Amino acid sequence: MINALVFYLLAFVVLGGALSVVLLKNIVHAALSMIISFIGVAGIFLMLQADFLAAVQILVYAGAVAILVIFALMLVARGDGVMSNTNLAGPNHIAGTAVTLVFAGALLASLVTTSWPLLSNVTFAATAVSDIATKLLTTHIMAFELVAILLLVALVAAIIIAKGASDND
Amino acid sequence: MISIGLTHYLLLGALLFIIGLYGALVKRHAIAVIISIELMLNAVNINLIAFSKYMADKVFFGEMFAIFVIVIAAAEVAIGLAICLVLFRHRKTLDLEKFNIMRW
Repeated sequence: MINALVFYLLAFVVLGGALSVVLLKNIVHAALSMIISFIGVAGIFLMLQADFLAAVQILVYAGAVAILVIFALMLVARGDGVMSNTNLAGPNHIAGTAVTLVFAGALLASLVTTSWPLLSNVTFAATAVSDIATKLLTTHIMAFELVAILLLVALVAAIIIAKGASDND
Repeated sequence: MISIGLTHYLLLGALLFIIGLYGALVKRHAIAVIISIELMLNAVNINLIAFSKYMADKVFFGEMFAIFVIVIAAAEVAIGLAICLVLFRHRKTLDLEKFNIMRW
């Protein structure tokens, strides 16, 4: 009962934040609604007993990614329009809406008609951080190292791209 | 009162993905498209962790995938925003309708 209440509250936060991202006309308001949606997703992770993922979600998405997006928005001037007009739909929004509706129909229909092979006894145990750490550094060690190198390369590349390579030689 | 099961989480993930897809297809500001892609990645993470909990408990494959998705999303948003800054420096706008220089 209380579980369902918390789930619907979090789902309202997540979907309300996401709808605000899409529908608000001011892009700074949209970026701030994105943070609300991310925090709701962290709550959903907590409901699924993924406390480590919830912490990472808060740190990386609601922290780092949100700060990056807001910094980029602040570095980009608003052009000729006014601020309340910066998050508009393009001229092909009818086609985009049609594609979205078709995709939504296919997705929801397949979701409803599939019978998932559920586990019979899902145990809601205590924290699993040590298990995740063991898996990450034994079974998935190769992917762990590769993704570390990928992140380093991507961040160095982002700095070089943003700096502009042509105007300082 | 029905109890919350896998279908609820999958439905939430599907709705979040659909909202993100709509934003990515329709918006004309480049940073708004990046934000919408982040929403879609979050929807995928909800699905992965729900599957991991309800279909393969104590194996943590879904959690592993979600961790790697988060890391790669962070790399993607850093590169994407850097490209946005360079685009704005060159063209003085981020309106995607103006970026048709590669049309045939």
